[in-house]
Amino acid sequence: MDSFTPLTAALGGSLIGLASAVLWLGNGRIAGISGIFGQLLPPAQTVAWRLIFLAAMVGAAWLAAQLFPQLGVGGVKIAELAAPPPDWPVPMPIWLAVAGLLIGFGTKVGNGCTSGHGVCGLARLSLRSLVAVLVFFSVAILTVAVTGIV
Amino acid sequence: MAPRRLPYLATAALSGGLFGAGLYVSQMVDPLKVLRFLDFTAIPAGGWDPSLAFVIVPAIVVMFVAVRIGRRREAPLFDTRFHEPEYDRIDGRLIGGAALFGLGWGMSGVCPGPAISLIAFQPEGLWIFLAAMFAGSLAGSLIMPSGHGRRLADAGA
Repeated sequence: MDSFTPLTAALGGSLIGLASAVLWLGNGRIAGISGIFGQLLPPAQTVAWRLIFLAAMVGAAWLAAQLFPQLGVGGVKIAELAAPPPDWPVPMPIWLAVAGLLIGFGTKVGNGCTSGHGVCGLARLSLRSLVAVLVFFSVAILTVAVTGIV
Repeated sequence: MAPRRLPYLATAALSGGLFGAGLYVSQMVDPLKVLRFLDFTAIPAGGWDPSLAFVIVPAIVVMFVAVRIGRRREAPLFDTRFHEPEYDRIDGRLIGGAALFGLGWGMSGVCPGPAISLIAFQPEGLWIFLAAMFAGSLAGSLIMPSGHGRRLADAGA
């Protein structure tokens, strides 16, 4: 349990909630990252704010890591992506590419990810989002259990 | 058409900045930490990390308050209307899409927000992952009806 960090989790979660609140009350937009990212290409007529949002997200993550490096990954710890399970004969780049494809495709077809369905959708009491959240959490938990990736 | 005024773009920057800071502070930029939440098999041994739940619940509560405030207003501050999602049908695309996303999320511990925020920290293999995510999203858009009216008609709204 030494990795359990409830205070910084709740502080970070509140910042994410505030981010969603600002975008909703300011611009009337859902802060769903897969949606912001997935509509960067035409026919979207609203590319500028999406690019600015994503650039600010990357910049602020970097800045926060400079200010509070002791929190962990990105600061005192080097960021690493998950490797495939040790006994699976899959090279890491293939594993990452398959995961990335599934995430990009699934969030586009399912209209959202952890932020759009998980934070904004549940806050809006959307039944669609509740179903999506239950499905993607269940499948992710099952995937981790089957692959034993952790 | 979206407004191009400075306050609108500044709001997007502020929101993105808060989001990125929140992902770092909560350590949800760490794929291994996310996987330690998703690993329910560790619960009996006491090695489970419930942090992710402590991230998402306050986020939902804050946004819930904002949605309530928004319902008392005609429009957001810098646009003419709230862009409410207009689909309400729970269909195969929603469930299938969410299931495929869950599979990729369970393989990697990365969802789209952390994936993009990780550009700040350059883990090995990130660009392969991001290129694949972008390609997947493009592929997904091919099977989605294009155009606002057609998408709504398709959703039966």
